[in-house]
Amino acid sequence: MHRAPAPGFALAIAAGLLAAIAARAAPAAKPAAAQERKPEVLVQARPPPFSEGIFPCMQCHKDQHDRTRRELQFHDEQQSIFDHDAEHRWCLDCHDFENRDMLRLASGELVPFTESYRLCGQCHGDKYRDWRVGVHGKRVGLWNGAKTYLLCVSCHNPHSPAFKGVKEIVVDGRKTVAPTLERIRPEPRPKRPEEMRP
Amino acid sequence: MTAPRGLPVLPGGADLAPDLRAGPPVDPARRAFMRTAAAGAALSALASCGVSMDDFLRKHFKELSKDELAKVLAKIEKRNKERFGVDTKVTAEGPRPGVEFGYGLDISRCIGCRRCVYACVKENNPSREAPQIHWIRVLEMDKDEGVDIAHAELYYEADAVPRPGKFYFPVQCQQCRNPPCVKVCPTQATWKEPDGIVVVDYDWCIGCRCCMSGCPYGARHFNWATPTLPAAELNPVQHYLGNRPRPKGVVEKCTFCIQRTRKGRYPACVEVCPVGARKFGNLLDPESEIRQVMDRKRVLIFKEELATHPQFYYFYAT
Repeated sequence: MHRAPAPGFALAIAAGLLAAIAARAAPAAKPAAAQERKPEVLVQARPPPFSEGIFPCMQCHKDQHDRTRRELQFHDEQQSIFDHDAEHRWCLDCHDFENRDMLRLASGELVPFTESYRLCGQCHGDKYRDWRVGVHGKRVGLWNGAKTYLLCVSCHNPHSPAFKGVKEIVVDGRKTVAPTLERIRPEPRPKRPEEMRP
Repeated sequence: MTAPRGLPVLPGGADLAPDLRAGPPVDPARRAFMRTAAAGAALSALASCGVSMDDFLRKHFKELSKDELAKVLAKIEKRNKERFGVDTKVTAEGPRPGVEFGYGLDISRCIGCRRCVYACVKENNPSREAPQIHWIRVLEMDKDEGVDIAHAELYYEADAVPRPGKFYFPVQCQQCRNPPCVKVCPTQATWKEPDGIVVVDYDWCIGCRCCMSGCPYGARHFNWATPTLPAAELNPVQHYLGNRPRPKGVVEKCTFCIQRTRKGRYPACVEVCPVGARKFGNLLDPESEIRQVMDRKRVLIFKEELATHPQFYYFYAT
């Protein structure tokens, strides 16, 4: 399973099953037991932290012609920092050639930027599994209810993924975080006891 | 019981004649007078140290009826208004059934940025300066030494964290299942709630600081002076057993943000952590984040050898 089905989707399936059962007139299908189960926690990610004005990519990439691997003469901000297995990887290993607004899995399936974790999970399966259950990464919301995930790219710059630091940003009026290339400055140290004496 | 040697033992100890035990008989009117006089003296003594008779005769928090509790909470709100000029909402929401809180801290992820320390301060209304009280203390330790208090630095300063060769080990109340602080409290001003939170009733604490010497984690803090807390920084959403403003001379501690977590929210330190190193959830729910951590990761209990059985776990995600 690649992504958690939205509750609506799950309900639709449940309703469909119940309808099928009812159609066959199967008695005592225990619909109550299905309802007692805790609803699956919604895996809803914050919007991806795009640099301003960069998306949609198809604004610029209208006519595609060259798909050979090369040093780019554009996208300096990515080219200069690129450190994601740079020896073996380049843009089109993750970005789709035809539709630049989508990402491309190894299988050829296209995924939107909002589900980039599926792309990351292809190689980083251990981290992906941890992230899915809330062990890796951060969740916000309720400890016993609906919560929101941050995407992998909210903390790791996909072009230079080792964690350095994060900052808060606003995308489409929604608060989220974006990775930075600088490490975080710590808050002030606590006072020593002798500094507190009157 | 054997009588101490050398002392004469009176025959038939308990059967002594009543007039021998009670001394000369006392006039009932005189007794009533003495009682009234004593009560009057106590009242004036109380008034002189700023405690009302109502407060003095109050029952323990656990024995308060619903109406009595409502009165107590209203009184605290009134005092908040007098002290800070701010309208506050003080509740005493109880534990949820079937919930036992557990906390996980990922030592392999923490970068020592101290965001948690100040998120906690903002949420929980502790004294800001003189005394400065932080419920969370982030220790910087040497990777070469491992988790070792002898190689820990609380007052580290840096332009950027994490520093090379160092790791960070935040310490706060471990919410022990076998809490030494609760055992030593002479007034039952601190106890463990059914959801695992060790709480303090600031109205019951006499400031003897026995709990501070009992706690092996340094998680309890004393208000040596009236807390300095600017009205503008007061968090008005308060819990009786949590972040309501404290008076001088009482002990306070981390409560897993009782005012938030009993409403289903994450503690402030979990919410602010920029690296997601802090995990929180219900230990009795197999799907909760904390249980997932315990099922999958290497978990460490701080000072495990003391058998305090904390509900706070450190782990390594890598």
